[in-house]
Amino acid sequence: MPSLGTTFGRGGATTFQQDLMNADCITIMGSNMAENHPVGFQWVLEARERGAEVIHIDPRFTRTSAMATKHIGIRAGSDIAFLGGVVNYILANDRWFHEYVRCYTNARVIVADEFVDTEDGDGLFSGWDPEKGRYDVTTWQYKGMTVHGAAGQREEGFKGTKGEQSGHGGHGGGLEHGDPPEEDWDLEDPRCVFQILKRHYRRYTPEFVADACGCSVEDFLWYAETLCRNSGRERTGAFVYAVGWTQHTVGVQLIRTAAIIQLLLGNVGRPGGGVMALRGHASIQGSTDIPTLYNILPGYLTMPHTEDYGGLGGYVERTTAPAGWWGNADAYIVSLLKAWWGSAATEENEFCFEYLPRIDDDNSNYWTVQQMLKGKVTGYIVVGENPAVGSANGRAQRLALAKLDWLVVRDLVEIETAAFWYDSPEIESGELVTEQIPTEVFFLPAASHLEKDGSFTNTQRLLQWHYKAVEPKDDCRSELWFYYHLGRMIKARLKGSKDPKNRPINDLTWEYGTHGETHEPSAEDVLREISGWDDKGQMLAGYKLLKADGSTSCGCWIYCGSFADGENKTARKKPHWEQSDAALEWAWAWPANRRLLYNRASADPYGNPWSERKQYVWWDPEQEQWTGIDTPDFDEEKPPNYVPSSGAKGPDAVAGDHPFIMQADGLGWLYVPQGLEDGPLPTHYEPHESPFDNPLYSQRANPRRQQNKDLDEDPYNPVDGEPGSELFPYVVTTYRLTEHHTAGGMTRFTPYLAELQPQMFVEVHPDLARERGLEHGGWATIVSMRSAIEARVLVTDRMRPLRMNGRVVHQVGLPYHWGQRGYTTGGAANDLAHMALDPNVHIQEVKAFTCDIRPGRRPRGPKLAAFMNELRERVEAERGRAPRREPEEARET
Amino acid sequence: MTTPMQPTGAPAAWPDTYGEDAKPRVGFFTDTSICIGCKACEVACKEWNLIPEDGRVWTGESYDNTSALGANSWRHVAFVEQRKPLRLAEPFPEADARAGEAGSAGAQPAEVGVADLRWLMASDVCKHCTHAGCLDVCPTGALFRTEFGTVVVQEDVCNGCGYCVPTCPFGVLDKRDLARSPDDAPLALPLFGKKEDGRVWKCTLCYDRLKGGLEPACAKACPTDSIQFDELDELRKRAERRLEKLRVERWNGARLYGQDAGDGVGGFGAFFLLLDEPEVYGLPPDPVVPTAHLPKLWRTTALAAAGLLAGIAAAFVGGRE
Repeated sequence: MPSLGTTFGRGGATTFQQDLMNADCITIMGSNMAENHPVGFQWVLEARERGAEVIHIDPRFTRTSAMATKHIGIRAGSDIAFLGGVVNYILANDRWFHEYVRCYTNARVIVADEFVDTEDGDGLFSGWDPEKGRYDVTTWQYKGMTVHGAAGQREEGFKGTKGEQSGHGGHGGGLEHGDPPEEDWDLEDPRCVFQILKRHYRRYTPEFVADACGCSVEDFLWYAETLCRNSGRERTGAFVYAVGWTQHTVGVQLIRTAAIIQLLLGNVGRPGGGVMALRGHASIQGSTDIPTLYNILPGYLTMPHTEDYGGLGGYVERTTAPAGWWGNADAYIVSLLKAWWGSAATEENEFCFEYLPRIDDDNSNYWTVQQMLKGKVTGYIVVGENPAVGSANGRAQRLALAKLDWLVVRDLVEIETAAFWYDSPEIESGELVTEQIPTEVFFLPAASHLEKDGSFTNTQRLLQWHYKAVEPKDDCRSELWFYYHLGRMIKARLKGSKDPKNRPINDLTWEYGTHGETHEPSAEDVLREISGWDDKGQMLAGYKLLKADGSTSCGCWIYCGSFADGENKTARKKPHWEQSDAALEWAWAWPANRRLLYNRASADPYGNPWSERKQYVWWDPEQEQWTGIDTPDFDEEKPPNYVPSSGAKGPDAVAGDHPFIMQADGLGWLYVPQGLEDGPLPTHYEPHESPFDNPLYSQRANPRRQQNKDLDEDPYNPVDGEPGSELFPYVVTTYRLTEHHTAGGMTRFTPYLAELQPQMFVEVHPDLARERGLEHGGWATIVSMRSAIEARVLVTDRMRPLRMNGRVVHQVGLPYHWGQRGYTTGGAANDLAHMALDPNVHIQEVKAFTCDIRPGRRPRGPKLAAFMNELRERVEAERGRAPRREPEEARET
Repeated sequence: MTTPMQPTGAPAAWPDTYGEDAKPRVGFFTDTSICIGCKACEVACKEWNLIPEDGRVWTGESYDNTSALGANSWRHVAFVEQRKPLRLAEPFPEADARAGEAGSAGAQPAEVGVADLRWLMASDVCKHCTHAGCLDVCPTGALFRTEFGTVVVQEDVCNGCGYCVPTCPFGVLDKRDLARSPDDAPLALPLFGKKEDGRVWKCTLCYDRLKGGLEPACAKACPTDSIQFDELDELRKRAERRLEKLRVERWNGARLYGQDAGDGVGGFGAFFLLLDEPEVYGLPPDPVVPTAHLPKLWRTTALAAAGLLAGIAAAFVGGRE
């Protein structure tokens, strides 16, 4: 989550779900929390019962809206316009938290003279290069600062970059410390962040919001006022979001807008405040902390690039931030290398740094699929995913699978991805023929979470241990079993090999206890290794003890201490009613068991609580330390008036009144000079596919979005102003239901869940049903340039048409759980989606694109392929009359 | 404690026959104002009680594909979409004051606007009636009142006669269908599905869990405590407090359903806080146990029999003359 990472310093939710009950106002946006996080939602209801306003802002009226005190309907994909309006409301009406903003954010910092805002660049920031389709970010820097390349531009190489952990969820990137940036504490300099912010959002008036989002001016004003009224010294408001914000071509910027609001209102680091990122079940947070991602190492350390670093020294130099806790990156990486290569990792061989694999390109999931389509990727291991249903453009996904030499699927059941070669829409349509598919498919049955020990890292960075309840059946095995024994067998095979390329595997530490008939490895042994020990074998208490000299070993520095004193802290189960609200003795949270991040900000610059009602962590002058109901997210003994000396480095360089300790300057970043691909400030752009043009600029969509213009399998619907756009007049949004889980592998195959939502359906408003002749309970076919699927029609008032710019827009709602297999089958909504991506995290835009909807069932068999070919030809012919040239292709800034 | 009474007014067998084993009467208070419609109660119930799948029929009735309580669905979450506000607007204070001066009642609460939408969700269950018709008519003794005051069918005693089915004013009691032909798809769970059935099944209020000191599965699984399990007397007090709070907060249509010991079934062991008329949720507005009419029925029958006997006797007497 680079949005939260660049703004606050860590790419994780700033708060925990239980703390929502302390909020006076909860904004749920980009999330359907009651349906998708029903257990955590109890704390929202608790807040409501205590009198908090709960506002759900969403294109649909969902089970969350039903429980909220207010629902505001907006057009899918217009969230930045709405939230930008809130920023403007706060600034225009002087509702910002003055002392908080001045002291704890970068509002006062002066930005380089070369920076040009979108307001002056017609939708492009300075530095746009139309040839490369990306920004040169040098003009976005603070005035007087050394220039660095943005993280994420790895194809450009690493020359001159520093502190670049911002890739996926890391901190705010590398400010050079030393020369303090130019500042204006009065916030009046026209080049200071505060004034730039003010100008940037000046045009986001309530009327603009109403026109762009389709809500009423009254509802918007009521919301903005309610939020402001419930923020400040005495009160706090929280934001809750999930993939309803993430899955856009502007997803990261969208979340950033909320982060800006929370900083302006002083709602970060305080009880009942913050940004609660709701992440997936059950360990999505865990899978970024100890990543399944290609571009980071455990603990958000950068993955080395193929470009010559000059070894560990060069890597450390580029990775270490001059101030803040990233100043100790050398200790984190060396301890990681020690955990992996143990005694083989010595100071002389740079702790085996050379053994780490290097990346050379994008390498993200969608990129990989595109390489498969081009025949450049020949093998694919799919674990706990069902891309044939769950990824955008399912047809392209399945066609890609059919070009592989081999495919391994590890899952609980034979999901669509494993069965694509004999049971898929393309087999039905004749586009794929089983006998002609070269892919050799291996299906390996997996054990479920009930059949193995282990930990989950949940949405609030909480590591919770679970125990095996039953033995897995037959050949089902845990992931741990699979990887441990795979590694063991490979090591056995390579034993004695003198080939240098095998040394990383030969030297790898691979000693874990096993037990039982199946020789299941000990999950606790793995956690021990992750938590770390010193050279005497003592378990480490926390990451502050990590050393860069090879005397400590730690598999993930942010998890250091989860097994402190030899106790599995994640297995602690003391109930919350037997301890403080922060429940510090229930399981264990990273970092250092802090539940509410940046909680130094719950006190004023002098260390006193902002108010008695909202006290949380404060400075105790008698004990000379920070204290409170949570673990302080600050140096316990660093007084509020601490001023770093000019030569201070790392954590010592962060002042006593700078709460964002992972940031190089200890401040919350309203403006992000480095670390994001698509701009230092969020700007309203239309979705990649939209029936509307951008009301602000001639620049229609995010210029930096990743498109696949040369990929035949990923054609785009014409957009507003392009001939043929009238063929796709509706906004479509996809989502989940409580009854099913993501791509359905765990729920469509379970009778008790399958019967609760037994068929794919489409939700439409009565007006749209009339307009298109759709009958409640009947069938409809939903069409995009990618595919056509069918669904039962659910006509409901909950899908409200919205009026904007004098036009009524209908929205079509599609749950995305269904596929070919299981107890309940149906059309896969993702088959309709395109693969244009957010540039920062390469995520698909499935929350807002366009479609058509027609009554009746879809064409069957070969007729489906013929129908789609005809449609595509017709659209291309239409579009060919006047193809739209997007401004970003032509202009340079 | 509320003592279930038989319709005749005679003290019920429960709890006296349990002697020292008798427990305080327990039940459910289902507070629909905090039900999020997750259906965890339906699934938890099925998992614990090993109930077969109830058929995969998409109904188009909002998000409700269970439709009704039955032999294979012992919890059922209703979904009702309405063009009504969830809460009523505050009356204008001035209007209130003027109304007060005029001596009339306060101003009528104004509805917030026609655009308002609410989505009611409510988890229904067997009511475990104080006067349970099903229990009255069961000829085999399969239905009985437990030491907790709940009403349970014993699966090893029930012979499937079905007498209880029409006596339930809520349509809770239901026979589990036999497989109609060998070609029928087997029910999903092997435990019961492949065995012939035809018996009556319903909520046991997790009698086995109660015996083990655990709360029923649905209440345990409910993430928002919409389903609350406790001693009935405590639940009734809690419900009154809850209703009072919702009235102060001007919730539209908040009311209790089934908490009144004077109603046609003597009060429910599992009662509800609803946000509209019971009919809106598919519940009967004024449920009456059919066996309540039995005394009158028997009296009438006795009278008729007596009259008949008298007539016959008179005929014989007259014949002698």
